[in-house]
Amino acid sequence: MPLKKIMFYPGCTLKGVAKNLEDSTLATARELGYEFVELPNWTCCGAVYGLAQDSVKFTIANVRNLIRAQEYAEEIGDNRLVAVCSMCYNNLRRAHLDVMRNRDKLKTLNIFMDEEPDYKGEIKVQHYLTFLKEYGFDEIAERVKKPLKGLKVAPYYGCLLLRPEEVAIDDREDPNILENLLETLGAEVVDYPLKNECCGSYHTVDKREFVAERTYKLVSVAKEVDADVIATSCPLCFFNLDRRQEIAAAKHHGFEKMPIVYFTQLMALAFGINDNNVLHFEQHYISPKEVLAPWL
Amino acid sequence: MKYTIKKDPHEDERVQEIIEISGQNIFSCYQCGRCSSGCPMAEFMDILPNQVFMYLQEGDVDTLLKAKTPWICAACFTCTVRCPVGLDLAAVMEAIRELQLRKNYDFVDPYKVEERDILPPIALVSNFRKFTP
Repeated sequence: MPLKKIMFYPGCTLKGVAKNLEDSTLATARELGYEFVELPNWTCCGAVYGLAQDSVKFTIANVRNLIRAQEYAEEIGDNRLVAVCSMCYNNLRRAHLDVMRNRDKLKTLNIFMDEEPDYKGEIKVQHYLTFLKEYGFDEIAERVKKPLKGLKVAPYYGCLLLRPEEVAIDDREDPNILENLLETLGAEVVDYPLKNECCGSYHTVDKREFVAERTYKLVSVAKEVDADVIATSCPLCFFNLDRRQEIAAAKHHGFEKMPIVYFTQLMALAFGINDNNVLHFEQHYISPKEVLAPWL
Repeated sequence: MKYTIKKDPHEDERVQEIIEISGQNIFSCYQCGRCSSGCPMAEFMDILPNQVFMYLQEGDVDTLLKAKTPWICAACFTCTVRCPVGLDLAAVMEAIRELQLRKNYDFVDPYKVEERDILPPIALVSNFRKFTP
Protein backbone atom coordinates (compact mmCIF):
# COMPACT_ATOMS: atom_id res chain seq x y z
CA MET A 1 0.00 0.00 0.00
CA PRO A 2 1.44 3.43 -0.88
CA LEU A 3 2.27 5.64 2.05
CA LYS A 4 -0.06 8.54 2.75
CA LYS A 5 1.67 11.92 2.68
CA ILE A 6 1.47 14.22 5.70
CA MET A 7 3.20 17.58 6.09
CA PHE A 8 5.92 17.54 8.70
CA TYR A 9 7.58 20.54 10.32
CA PRO A 10 10.94 19.39 11.72
CA GLY A 11 12.37 22.62 13.15
CA CYS A 12 16.05 23.51 13.43
CA THR A 13 16.98 21.39 16.45
CA LEU A 14 15.84 18.16 14.81
CA LYS A 15 18.29 18.83 12.01
CA GLY A 16 21.23 18.89 14.40
CA VAL A 17 21.42 17.77 18.00
CA ALA A 18 18.05 16.00 17.92
CA LYS A 19 18.55 13.80 14.87
CA ASN A 20 17.38 10.94 17.09
CA LEU A 21 13.99 12.60 17.46
CA GLU A 22 13.56 13.32 13.76
CA ASP A 23 14.61 9.93 12.45
CA SER A 24 12.63 7.97 15.01
CA THR A 25 9.53 10.07 14.23
CA LEU A 26 9.84 9.50 10.49
CA ALA A 27 10.52 5.78 10.97
CA THR A 28 7.56 5.21 13.30
CA ALA A 29 5.21 7.18 11.05
CA ARG A 30 6.32 5.06 8.10
CA GLU A 31 5.51 1.96 10.11
CA LEU A 32 1.94 3.28 10.52
CA GLY A 33 1.58 3.91 6.79
CA TYR A 34 2.46 7.61 6.62
CA GLU A 35 5.20 9.40 4.83
CA PHE A 36 6.07 12.55 6.73
CA VAL A 37 7.14 15.00 4.05
CA GLU A 38 9.22 17.93 5.19
CA LEU A 39 7.42 21.23 4.66
CA PRO A 40 9.14 22.88 1.66
CA ASN A 41 11.14 26.01 2.48
CA TRP A 42 10.28 26.06 6.17
CA THR A 43 11.91 28.66 8.40
CA CYS A 44 12.68 28.81 12.14
CA CYS A 45 9.61 29.06 14.37
CA GLY A 46 11.30 31.44 16.81
CA ALA A 47 11.23 28.97 19.73
CA VAL A 48 9.28 31.22 22.15
CA TYR A 49 6.10 33.08 21.38
CA GLY A 50 5.91 36.84 21.95
CA LEU A 51 3.80 37.66 24.97
CA ALA A 52 3.68 41.43 24.46
CA GLN A 53 0.38 42.72 23.08
CA ASP A 54 2.10 44.76 20.40
CA SER A 55 4.48 42.02 19.34
CA VAL A 56 4.23 41.04 15.68
CA LYS A 57 7.82 40.06 15.04
CA PHE A 58 7.35 36.73 16.83
CA THR A 59 4.41 35.87 14.60
CA ILE A 60 5.82 36.65 11.14
CA ALA A 61 8.00 33.56 10.70
CA ASN A 62 5.25 31.26 11.96
CA VAL A 63 2.61 32.71 9.64
CA ARG A 64 5.09 32.42 6.78
CA ASN A 65 5.44 28.72 7.62
CA LEU A 66 1.66 28.38 7.74
CA ILE A 67 1.42 29.99 4.29
CA ARG A 68 3.96 27.47 2.95
CA ALA A 69 1.86 24.72 4.52
CA GLN A 70 -1.29 26.14 2.97
CA GLU A 71 0.29 25.96 -0.50
CA TYR A 72 1.53 22.44 0.05
CA ALA A 73 -1.74 21.24 1.63
CA GLU A 74 -3.52 21.74 -1.69
CA GLU A 75 -0.92 19.61 -3.41
CA ILE A 76 -1.18 16.63 -1.07
CA GLY A 77 -4.81 17.05 -0.05
CA ASP A 78 -4.35 17.10 3.72
CA ASN A 79 -4.31 20.23 5.84
CA ARG A 80 -2.60 18.71 8.85
CA LEU A 81 0.85 20.04 9.72
CA VAL A 82 2.57 17.75 12.21
CA ALA A 83 5.37 18.94 14.49
CA VAL A 84 7.10 16.80 17.08
CA CYS A 85 9.26 19.40 18.83
CA SER A 86 7.17 20.90 21.63
CA MET A 87 8.44 24.41 20.99
CA CYS A 88 7.68 24.29 17.26
CA TYR A 89 4.23 22.88 17.92
CA ASN A 90 3.49 25.53 20.53
CA ASN A 91 4.65 28.40 18.34
CA LEU A 92 2.92 27.37 15.13
CA ARG A 93 -0.32 26.64 16.93
CA ARG A 94 -0.25 29.86 18.92
CA ALA A 95 0.49 31.89 15.80
CA HIS A 96 -2.45 30.28 14.04
CA LEU A 97 -4.83 30.97 16.95
CA ASP A 98 -3.44 34.46 17.44
CA VAL A 99 -4.04 35.63 13.86
CA MET A 100 -7.43 33.94 13.74
CA ARG A 101 -8.47 35.92 16.79
CA ASN A 102 -6.81 39.19 15.85
CA ARG A 103 -7.72 39.76 12.23
CA ASP A 104 -5.98 43.16 12.31
CA LYS A 105 -2.73 41.43 13.05
CA LEU A 106 -3.31 38.96 10.22
CA LYS A 107 -4.03 41.84 7.86
CA THR A 108 -0.81 43.61 8.91
CA LEU A 109 1.19 40.43 8.37
CA ASN A 110 -0.42 39.69 5.01
CA ILE A 111 0.40 43.20 3.84
CA PHE A 112 3.93 42.94 5.22
CA MET A 113 4.46 39.68 3.31
CA ASP A 114 2.96 40.94 0.08
CA GLU A 115 5.16 38.58 -1.94
CA GLU A 116 3.31 35.63 -0.37
CA PRO A 117 -0.33 34.61 -0.76
CA ASP A 118 -2.58 35.58 2.18
CA TYR A 119 -2.97 33.14 5.04
CA LYS A 120 -6.51 31.80 5.08
CA GLY A 121 -6.36 30.01 8.41
CA GLU A 122 -7.06 26.49 7.21
CA ILE A 123 -3.98 24.72 8.52
CA LYS A 124 -4.42 22.30 11.39
CA VAL A 125 -1.23 22.30 13.44
CA GLN A 126 -0.88 19.04 15.35
CA HIS A 127 1.62 17.53 17.69
CA TYR A 128 2.74 14.00 16.78
CA LEU A 129 1.11 12.68 19.98
CA THR A 130 -2.28 14.09 18.95
CA PHE A 131 -1.74 12.66 15.48
CA LEU A 132 -1.11 9.23 17.02
CA LYS A 133 -4.16 9.52 19.26
CA GLU A 134 -6.30 10.29 16.23
CA TYR A 135 -4.74 7.36 14.43
CA GLY A 136 -5.80 5.19 17.36
CA PHE A 137 -3.80 3.57 20.13
CA ASP A 138 -5.51 0.23 19.50
CA GLU A 139 -4.25 0.26 15.91
CA ILE A 140 -0.77 1.17 17.16
CA ALA A 141 -0.91 -1.80 19.55
CA GLU A 142 -1.32 -4.10 16.56
CA ARG A 143 2.01 -2.91 15.16
CA VAL A 144 3.96 -3.62 18.32
CA LYS A 145 6.40 -6.44 17.67
CA LYS A 146 8.60 -6.23 20.73
CA PRO A 147 6.52 -4.98 23.68
CA LEU A 148 8.53 -2.92 26.16
CA LYS A 149 7.56 -5.32 28.93
CA GLY A 150 9.20 -4.54 32.24
CA LEU A 151 10.58 -1.14 31.20
CA LYS A 152 9.54 1.44 33.78
CA VAL A 153 9.03 4.78 32.07
CA ALA A 154 8.40 8.19 33.63
CA PRO A 155 6.39 10.26 31.13
CA TYR A 156 7.56 13.87 30.98
CA TYR A 157 5.50 16.49 29.14
CA GLY A 158 7.29 19.67 30.16
CA CYS A 159 5.50 22.98 29.62
CA LEU A 160 4.79 23.67 26.03
CA LEU A 161 2.60 20.67 25.21
CA LEU A 162 0.19 21.62 27.99
CA ARG A 163 0.40 25.36 28.41
CA PRO A 164 -1.05 27.85 27.75
CA GLU A 165 -4.45 26.24 27.83
CA GLU A 166 -5.44 27.15 24.24
CA VAL A 167 -2.73 24.91 22.79
CA ALA A 168 -2.81 22.10 25.37
CA ILE A 169 -2.81 18.63 23.81
CA ASP A 170 -4.37 17.16 26.96
CA ASP A 171 -5.50 18.07 30.48
CA ARG A 172 -2.96 20.61 31.71
CA GLU A 173 -2.66 19.32 35.28
CA ASP A 174 -3.23 15.61 34.80
CA PRO A 175 -2.45 14.64 31.20
CA ASN A 176 -2.46 10.99 30.16
CA ILE A 177 -1.92 10.90 26.39
CA LEU A 178 1.77 9.97 26.70
CA GLU A 179 0.96 7.39 29.39
CA ASN A 180 -1.64 5.80 27.13
CA LEU A 181 0.82 5.60 24.25
CA LEU A 182 3.57 4.11 26.42
CA GLU A 183 1.16 1.54 27.85
CA THR A 184 0.14 0.67 24.30
CA LEU A 185 3.81 -0.06 23.62
CA GLY A 186 3.80 -2.46 26.55
CA ALA A 187 5.86 -0.31 28.92
CA GLU A 188 5.14 0.01 32.61
CA VAL A 189 4.27 3.67 33.21
CA VAL A 190 5.16 4.99 36.66
CA ASP A 191 3.14 7.71 38.36
CA TYR A 192 5.47 10.67 37.91
CA PRO A 193 4.26 13.70 39.86
CA LEU A 194 6.57 16.20 38.15
CA LYS A 195 5.49 15.29 34.62
CA ASN A 196 4.27 18.79 33.78
CA GLU A 197 6.91 20.82 35.64
CA CYS A 198 9.34 23.14 33.88
CA CYS A 199 12.93 22.00 33.28
CA GLY A 200 14.32 25.54 33.29
CA SER A 201 14.13 25.88 29.53
CA TYR A 202 16.32 28.53 27.88
CA HIS A 203 18.07 29.42 31.14
CA THR A 204 20.37 26.57 30.23
CA VAL A 205 22.34 29.09 28.14
CA ASP A 206 23.23 31.63 30.81
CA LYS A 207 22.14 30.13 34.16
CA ARG A 208 22.96 26.49 33.81
CA GLU A 209 23.28 25.92 37.56
CA PHE A 210 19.54 26.72 37.97
CA VAL A 211 18.70 24.22 35.25
CA ALA A 212 20.97 21.66 36.90
CA GLU A 213 18.97 22.12 40.12
CA ARG A 214 15.73 21.52 38.23
CA THR A 215 17.28 18.48 36.57
CA TYR A 216 18.42 17.17 39.94
CA LYS A 217 14.88 17.42 41.26
CA LEU A 218 13.18 15.98 38.17
CA VAL A 219 15.57 13.05 37.86
CA SER A 220 15.75 12.18 41.55
CA VAL A 221 11.95 12.16 41.85
CA ALA A 222 11.79 9.88 38.78
CA LYS A 223 14.29 7.64 40.55
CA GLU A 224 12.18 7.69 43.71
CA VAL A 225 9.11 6.49 41.81
CA ASP A 226 11.30 3.70 40.45
CA ALA A 227 11.60 4.73 36.80
CA ASP A 228 14.30 3.35 34.48
CA VAL A 229 14.06 6.13 31.92
CA ILE A 230 12.31 9.45 31.39
CA ALA A 231 10.46 9.82 28.08
CA THR A 232 9.96 13.27 26.60
CA SER A 233 9.10 14.97 23.30
CA CYS A 234 10.88 18.31 23.65
CA PRO A 235 14.49 18.60 22.45
CA LEU A 236 15.20 21.35 24.98
CA CYS A 237 13.82 19.32 27.90
CA PHE A 238 15.87 16.43 26.57
CA PHE A 239 19.06 18.47 26.47
CA ASN A 240 18.51 19.93 29.94
CA LEU A 241 17.57 16.66 31.61
CA ASP A 242 20.30 14.71 29.83
CA ARG A 243 23.30 17.03 29.76
CA ARG A 244 22.72 18.96 33.00
CA GLN A 245 22.92 15.76 35.02
CA GLU A 246 26.66 16.29 34.77
CA ILE A 247 26.51 19.44 36.93
CA ALA A 248 23.81 17.93 39.15
CA ALA A 249 26.01 14.91 39.85
CA ALA A 250 29.01 17.09 40.68
CA LYS A 251 26.95 19.14 43.11
CA HIS A 252 24.82 16.53 44.84
CA HIS A 253 26.46 13.62 46.54
CA GLY A 254 24.80 10.30 45.81
CA PHE A 255 22.92 11.54 42.75
CA GLU A 256 22.22 8.66 40.40
CA LYS A 257 22.13 9.44 36.70
CA MET A 258 19.23 8.31 34.57
CA PRO A 259 18.99 8.04 30.77
CA ILE A 260 16.53 10.29 28.95
CA VAL A 261 14.82 9.14 25.73
CA TYR A 262 12.31 10.48 23.24
CA PHE A 263 8.95 8.70 23.22
CA THR A 264 9.48 8.13 19.50
CA GLN A 265 12.63 6.13 20.20
CA LEU A 266 10.68 3.85 22.52
CA MET A 267 8.02 3.54 19.84
CA ALA A 268 10.64 2.58 17.26
CA LEU A 269 12.04 -0.08 19.59
CA ALA A 270 8.59 -1.51 20.25
CA PHE A 271 7.99 -1.63 16.49
CA GLY A 272 11.14 -3.69 16.17
CA ILE A 273 13.22 -0.94 14.54
CA ASN A 274 16.64 -1.53 16.01
CA ASP A 275 18.84 0.60 13.82
CA ASN A 276 21.24 3.16 15.17
CA ASN A 277 20.68 5.26 12.04
CA VAL A 278 17.20 5.81 13.43
CA LEU A 279 17.87 5.76 17.17
CA HIS A 280 21.17 7.72 17.20
CA PHE A 281 22.14 6.74 20.74
CA GLU A 282 25.47 8.52 20.24
CA GLN A 283 23.56 11.81 20.70
CA HIS A 284 22.73 10.95 24.30
CA TYR A 285 25.03 12.20 27.03
CA ILE A 286 23.82 9.40 29.29
CA SER A 287 23.54 6.31 27.16
CA PRO A 288 20.24 4.44 27.43
CA LYS A 289 21.78 1.33 25.84
CA GLU A 290 22.13 -0.58 29.09
CA VAL A 291 18.54 0.02 30.20
CA LEU A 292 17.17 -0.72 26.74
CA ALA A 293 19.43 -3.74 26.16
CA PRO A 294 16.56 -6.31 26.08
CA TRP A 295 15.12 -4.58 22.98
CA LEU A 296 18.37 -3.93 21.15
CA MET B 1 9.23 42.80 53.94
CA LYS B 2 9.53 46.53 53.49
CA TYR B 3 7.85 48.60 50.86
CA THR B 4 6.88 52.19 50.35
CA ILE B 5 3.54 53.37 49.06
CA LYS B 6 4.22 55.53 46.03
CA LYS B 7 1.93 57.88 44.16
CA ASP B 8 -1.30 56.58 42.63
CA PRO B 9 -0.17 53.71 40.35
CA HIS B 10 -3.03 54.48 37.97
CA GLU B 11 -1.18 57.66 37.13
CA ASP B 12 2.24 56.08 36.96
CA GLU B 13 3.44 56.01 33.36
CA ARG B 14 5.54 52.89 33.72
CA VAL B 15 2.76 50.93 35.42
CA GLN B 16 0.49 51.94 32.55
CA GLU B 17 3.14 50.81 30.08
CA ILE B 18 3.37 47.40 31.78
CA ILE B 19 -0.43 47.10 31.66
CA GLU B 20 -0.42 48.05 28.00
CA ILE B 21 2.39 45.73 26.92
CA SER B 22 1.08 42.76 28.89
CA GLY B 23 -2.61 43.42 28.31
CA GLN B 24 -3.29 42.39 31.91
CA ASN B 25 -5.23 44.22 34.59
CA ILE B 26 -2.63 44.02 37.33
CA PHE B 27 -5.09 45.47 39.88
CA SER B 28 -7.22 42.32 39.84
CA CYS B 29 -4.58 40.32 41.75
CA TYR B 30 -5.73 39.66 45.32
CA GLN B 31 -2.56 37.99 46.63
CA CYS B 32 -3.75 34.40 46.93
CA GLY B 33 -0.18 33.24 46.30
CA ARG B 34 -1.03 30.32 44.07
CA CYS B 35 1.45 31.53 41.45
CA SER B 36 4.36 31.55 43.88
CA SER B 37 3.47 28.23 45.48
CA GLY B 38 3.60 26.39 42.17
CA CYS B 39 6.44 28.30 40.52
CA PRO B 40 9.29 25.94 39.58
CA MET B 41 11.77 28.82 39.51
CA ALA B 42 10.61 30.50 42.77
CA GLU B 43 13.55 29.15 44.76
CA PHE B 44 15.91 31.24 42.60
CA MET B 45 13.86 34.45 42.71
CA ASP B 46 14.49 37.50 44.90
CA ILE B 47 10.86 38.69 44.67
CA LEU B 48 8.07 36.11 44.46
CA PRO B 49 5.56 36.34 41.59
CA ASN B 50 2.70 37.43 43.86
CA GLN B 51 4.95 40.11 45.36
CA VAL B 52 5.61 41.44 41.87
CA PHE B 53 1.91 42.28 41.70
CA MET B 54 2.01 43.93 45.09
CA TYR B 55 4.85 46.18 43.97
CA LEU B 56 2.97 46.99 40.78
CA GLN B 57 -0.19 47.86 42.72
CA GLU B 58 1.89 50.14 44.92
CA GLY B 59 3.43 51.74 41.86
CA ASP B 60 6.94 50.71 42.87
CA VAL B 61 8.34 49.94 39.42
CA ASP B 62 11.91 50.87 40.41
CA THR B 63 12.19 47.82 42.67
CA LEU B 64 10.92 45.57 39.89
CA LEU B 65 13.38 46.96 37.37
CA LYS B 66 16.22 46.15 39.77
CA ALA B 67 14.87 42.70 40.64
CA LYS B 68 16.17 39.42 39.28
CA THR B 69 12.73 37.79 39.18
CA PRO B 70 11.58 38.87 35.68
CA TRP B 71 14.85 37.49 34.29
CA ILE B 72 14.43 34.18 36.13
CA CYS B 73 10.85 33.50 35.04
CA ALA B 74 11.11 30.79 32.36
CA ALA B 75 7.67 31.57 30.85
CA CYS B 76 6.48 28.04 31.65
CA PHE B 77 2.90 29.33 32.16
CA THR B 78 2.29 27.23 35.29
CA CYS B 79 1.05 30.33 37.13
CA THR B 80 -0.84 31.59 34.09
CA VAL B 81 -3.02 28.49 33.87
CA ARG B 82 -3.57 28.41 37.65
CA CYS B 83 -4.35 32.06 38.38
CA PRO B 84 -7.91 32.20 39.77
CA VAL B 85 -8.54 35.63 38.21
CA GLY B 86 -7.02 34.60 34.91
CA LEU B 87 -4.01 36.88 34.92
CA ASP B 88 -1.28 35.99 32.43
CA LEU B 89 1.70 36.38 34.75
CA ALA B 90 4.19 35.34 32.11
CA ALA B 91 3.04 38.29 29.98
CA VAL B 92 3.51 40.68 32.93
CA MET B 93 7.04 39.36 33.50
CA GLU B 94 7.68 39.83 29.79
CA ALA B 95 6.37 43.39 29.98
CA ILE B 96 8.80 44.20 32.83
CA ARG B 97 11.64 42.78 30.73
CA GLU B 98 10.42 44.62 27.63
CA LEU B 99 10.49 47.91 29.54
CA GLN B 100 14.26 47.47 29.76
CA LEU B 101 14.91 45.63 26.49
CA ARG B 102 13.16 48.36 24.52
CA LYS B 103 15.83 50.74 25.78
CA ASN B 104 18.39 48.55 24.02
CA TYR B 105 19.45 46.68 27.13
CA ASP B 106 21.20 43.32 26.69
CA PHE B 107 20.66 40.95 29.60
CA VAL B 108 22.70 38.26 27.86
CA ASP B 109 25.70 38.97 25.67
CA PRO B 110 25.51 36.52 22.75
CA TYR B 111 29.27 36.76 22.27
CA LYS B 112 29.95 35.45 25.75
CA VAL B 113 27.81 32.33 25.52
CA GLU B 114 29.71 29.13 26.26
CA GLU B 115 29.02 25.60 24.98
CA ARG B 116 27.83 26.89 21.62
CA ASP B 117 28.75 23.62 19.94
CA ILE B 118 26.47 21.48 22.09
CA LEU B 119 23.53 23.78 22.91
CA PRO B 120 20.42 23.06 20.85
CA PRO B 121 19.45 25.92 18.48
CA ILE B 122 16.09 26.35 20.25
CA ALA B 123 17.94 27.10 23.50
CA LEU B 124 19.95 29.88 21.88
CA VAL B 125 17.08 31.33 19.85
CA SER B 126 14.68 31.40 22.80
CA ASN B 127 17.30 32.78 25.17
CA PHE B 128 18.25 35.64 22.86
CA ARG B 129 14.62 36.37 22.10
CA LYS B 130 13.84 36.77 25.78
CA PHE B 131 17.05 38.44 26.91
CA THR B 132 18.18 40.71 24.07
CA PRO B 133 16.27 43.56 22.38
